[in-house]
Amino acid sequence: MSLLDYFKTNKKPSTAVTAKERLQIIVAHQRGERDAPDYFPKMKQEIIEVIRKYVQVGPDQVSVQLEQNDENLSVLELNVTLPEKN
Amino acid sequence: MAQIIVVTSGKGGVGKTTSSAAIATGLAMKGHKTVVIDFDIGLRNLDLIMGCERRVVYDFVNVINEEANLNQALIKDKRTANLFVLPASQTRDKDALTKEGVGKVLDDLAKEFEYIICDSPAGIETGAMMALYFADIAIVTTNPEVSSVRDSDRILGMLQSKSKRAEEGLEPVKEFLLLTRYSPARVTTGEMLSVQDVEEILAIPLIGVIPESQAVLKASNSGVPVIIDQESDAGMAYSDAVERLLGQELPFRFLTEEKKGFLKRIFGS
Repeated sequence: MSLLDYFKTNKKPSTAVTAKERLQIIVAHQRGERDAPDYFPKMKQEIIEVIRKYVQVGPDQVSVQLEQNDENLSVLELNVTLPEKN
Repeated sequence: MAQIIVVTSGKGGVGKTTSSAAIATGLAMKGHKTVVIDFDIGLRNLDLIMGCERRVVYDFVNVINEEANLNQALIKDKRTANLFVLPASQTRDKDALTKEGVGKVLDDLAKEFEYIICDSPAGIETGAMMALYFADIAIVTTNPEVSSVRDSDRILGMLQSKSKRAEEGLEPVKEFLLLTRYSPARVTTGEMLSVQDVEEILAIPLIGVIPESQAVLKASNSGVPVIIDQESDAGMAYSDAVERLLGQELPFRFLTEEKKGFLKRIFGS
């Protein structure tokens, strides 16, 4: 940064901040999947297919998440956004 | 007891081979008998960076297949005492590396050497998994850039689940972050992730920060590990990293911009 730059007033948000925010999200997501059992991706896929047999939903309207609450308790969370009734 | 150190990253081109060569040379310069192994089967390059490419006769795969013994395949470094190189083969057979084969070679090396540095290939295929499987220590080489940081996190996941230590429920692999190609000036202008940003995301202890440096290309051009160039910032930063690996506590250097002169401050560079 030179003194001349200082007077130019087009200050954009820094791209490093954007990079950090994006990384924090993707890394948290990656770590969530890291601890999941090997069968998890396939089970997730099959659950979504079963739901789609009955209701028309896109893959982004179903979220299946495994949460490790403590040593002995894991919670499988299934969230389905059903399409609006006409 | 020999220490097995893997230099890994997931992403390619971040400086694994440069770092392997520098760290192995640094450990040997400190008087520790060290061997550095190229795990990049089919795309060997460590020999070039170490400047011993014309002395390769037998390689890692020959030793695994018992076509040559270790002493025939190990190349003694001409510059640094206590330092040996075990080159990769140029054949494309990916399945050449097996757990049994690699394990046996490492066992034999462990009888003679204090440090065994495993230069991992990029990716998460067999070569990379074999390089990290037997590790006691992992040096996760990362550039301050989104794809490199993400891949480093993936590799940390592998170390925690797919390494021998993880499989056998032993004490986990010690993980260290080596940040390479760091440009303090670009961090100041908000164009590059800072050391603190990467540390915060990956959450492992920092062992070194290597500044983006012209010395690295010069060193590889001439086949001399950059740590030999003790006039250069990168060379000094690698020396610091080696000292930290050996247990010393040192302040981090080259984290701030070089001071600009008065005229540069007014008119920019």
